[in-house]
Amino acid sequence: MNSWMINGLVGHGALLVSLPFIALGLIAVPTGLRRSRPDFIAIAYGSVYANFFLVTASAIAMVIALVTHDFSVSYVAQVGSRATPLFYTIISLWGALEGSILFWAWVLALYSFLVVWLNRERPGTLVPYAAMVLLGVSLFFAILLLGPADPFKAVFPVPTDGPGPNPLLQNHILMAVHPPLLYLGYVGMSVPFAFAVGALLSGESDSNDWIRLTRNWTVLTWGFLSAAIIAGMWWSYEVLGWGGYWAWDPVENASFLPWLTATAFLHSAMVQERRSMLRLWNINLVVGTFVLTILGTFLTRSGIISSVHAFTTGTIGYYFLAFIAVVLISTLVLVAGSSERLRTTGHLDSAASRETVFLFNNLFLTAFMLTVLVGTLFPLVAEAVRGVKVSVGAPFFNRMSLPIIAALLFLMGVGPALPWKSASRAELRTKLVPPSVGAAVLTAIALMMGIRSFYGIVVFAFVGYSAAANALEFFIGARARRGAHGEGWITALLRLIAANRRRHGGYIAHFGVFFVALGIAASSSLRTEREATLKPGETLSVSGYTVRLKQVWGREEVQRSVVGATLEVLVGDNVVGTLEPRMNFYPMSQQPVPTPEVRSGMFGDLYLNLMAFRPDGSNATVKAIYEPLVPWIWFGGGVVVFGAVVGAFPTGRRRVAAPAVVAATVGRQDTAA
Amino acid sequence: MNWRRSAIAACFALPVVGLLFYGLRQDPSVIPSPLPGKPAPPFALEIFAPGQPPLNRPVGDTIRLASLRGQVVVLNFWASWCLSCRDEHATLSTVARRYVGKPVQFVGSLYQDRADAGTAWIAQMGGQSYPSVQDPNARTAIDYGLYGVPETFIVSPDGRIARKITGPVDASVVAHIVDSLLATSPSNKGTQ
Repeated sequence: MNSWMINGLVGHGALLVSLPFIALGLIAVPTGLRRSRPDFIAIAYGSVYANFFLVTASAIAMVIALVTHDFSVSYVAQVGSRATPLFYTIISLWGALEGSILFWAWVLALYSFLVVWLNRERPGTLVPYAAMVLLGVSLFFAILLLGPADPFKAVFPVPTDGPGPNPLLQNHILMAVHPPLLYLGYVGMSVPFAFAVGALLSGESDSNDWIRLTRNWTVLTWGFLSAAIIAGMWWSYEVLGWGGYWAWDPVENASFLPWLTATAFLHSAMVQERRSMLRLWNINLVVGTFVLTILGTFLTRSGIISSVHAFTTGTIGYYFLAFIAVVLISTLVLVAGSSERLRTTGHLDSAASRETVFLFNNLFLTAFMLTVLVGTLFPLVAEAVRGVKVSVGAPFFNRMSLPIIAALLFLMGVGPALPWKSASRAELRTKLVPPSVGAAVLTAIALMMGIRSFYGIVVFAFVGYSAAANALEFFIGARARRGAHGEGWITALLRLIAANRRRHGGYIAHFGVFFVALGIAASSSLRTEREATLKPGETLSVSGYTVRLKQVWGREEVQRSVVGATLEVLVGDNVVGTLEPRMNFYPMSQQPVPTPEVRSGMFGDLYLNLMAFRPDGSNATVKAIYEPLVPWIWFGGGVVVFGAVVGAFPTGRRRVAAPAVVAATVGRQDTAA
Repeated sequence: MNWRRSAIAACFALPVVGLLFYGLRQDPSVIPSPLPGKPAPPFALEIFAPGQPPLNRPVGDTIRLASLRGQVVVLNFWASWCLSCRDEHATLSTVARRYVGKPVQFVGSLYQDRADAGTAWIAQMGGQSYPSVQDPNARTAIDYGLYGVPETFIVSPDGRIARKITGPVDASVVAHIVDSLLATSPSNKGTQ
């Protein structure tokens, strides 16, 4: 097949052509603004659109090359294989270094396109500067794609077949979900960054307008990032076979770090809007979030820290390092240089106020971020300073983060209950005392479930407290509407949410976090695990379930061979289901890839993993884990995302509106609320 | 803009960038292999690609490490689906020819691949001067703790692993190691 002339040329050529467009846009913005030439700005916007279409063409060329097994394209020769099913062939677009950078560039180009297109009519210099920043980031990725991460290198002679994607990436449907969500979340953080830098450059940082614009984008991309983190946990749980979902792996941390600062920003942005405080802090959070995404990418793509996620490397690390240096130095210079102008005009009125709670929330989230950052980079520091190889494991992260998590869960109940500015004693009593009942109830439940660990109980208690406090907000609001409009409870509740989607979206997201917290607290305190080598007919019991081995079987599939064990699940003497944990053997991989199978119930999972087997089928070693409340984590993740959707979309009849309109609408409501 | 503040702030970037730069200079994947210095794991593998005269051996013959005692063995793991194996292919073929008549045996071991694909690849790449063997179920690769392809092991005449090279080899490095092994090996004096 000699189609490389087409795929390779289109893919490579489109990226090459995008360079002059990016350069044009980068020059047109400052020139146009200095000379007050709106046509120059139009040219810059045009180059953002052109870049989007060119990168799209390049990405399509890569997908076509993958699907048609065009092994003359180096990336296809590296990850493609004729035996790989079509679905996994397509998603291998993000399965290795070069493809993932191409996908990244495409998502960035898409976001840039949307930002500029939706705000093209907006007056002022904020959007032109933001477009310039986004083009600057695009330039970096274009250079990567034409240099060290070129996915379109010509391979000659053309191989007849390739090794196929990493087996771990072709084993579960979530691999089609987790990476794109992560990129949408991660790359999306470039947009708030562009707005922040644009606000500084345009002098609009004094106005609260940029923060509304930025907040809406942040909610959107924060929603993607939250979904990506949960999907990653789920994937790890369903595929890796150790029965866990979070290991404080450097790359998990890399996705979590910007989530923490973005979460902090979503809260502190409200303080700026309402009280004109924290301006400098908010700029720092937005810029910091972006730097953390680039740092995270650097950690995964440069091979600097070994991890299950590490990609193969080359010189790309140095490019990333140069980019980090440029971003870090230029934003530090810009932010520090403008810091006097960003002085806060508002001030705290009272310790018992919502803004105080937000300050503590930001304090704890930032402390959390720094803890995780230190733990992630410590091995590097230790090697640099003392020349020793150390690894920082889960015990460190757990011990450091549990008190912070507990404090945050508690604040989630205090914040919504307190008014802005200052709370009266009566308000404190009516709003903060009833949730204590919730705390008592969940503490009792935790003890009845058998949780004895200190933090396990604390998490349950604080979730009980805060869930009651958040529910109380819905209750009080709905009751007021019932009184005022004579609506039924459900109508009143829905209208309440619709009337201030942003606030109630936030509360809904809180509930999601509560579910996640309960799931994690219960499953890490009460997990039970049994392992046994069974002959057919023999049984193994764990937490009220009994599993009986029926048979061990093998099957040849096109791209792999599969060995599985069929086990009946019994509760008492009744067979309630069958589970088939499997082991997959891929030709290009030495280690088998497990496919554990999970039976989910509302209150917990029975998790079976095939550990070993006799080739003659005479026995199988099976690990059975009972994991209470794990499904609540995934459900809670869904609730968080739902909350983000409720909070991100505009209120009222304008279903699809430009972010500027969103900001205006939300702003109006806030003043009315 | 307050440039003095800017300059002070920019200084905070330096330690971060410095630390990351240091990190880049290290390679976390260099996990010190316990193999060098240890006796090389024995193997007996069947030839599927003969090589070219004068280094050729008939297809179907078995190469046994045990019978190569007294010779330097260069064992290279490769695959037809491996792109960086292409980079070192010509190098290895050329270096192998340099030792015609010396007690040096180059062996290619096909990793996780079919023999016909390997043969086709060799033809496509313009031939290979030394023979290649099949490694069913990657048994030998596992014995050698293979992490990926290409990896090259150089076994000294006394049967110990002298060096392990990860990734494509460099002609001068291989020649230097082989030469020094030949020079220090007492058993080779006077042979050939």
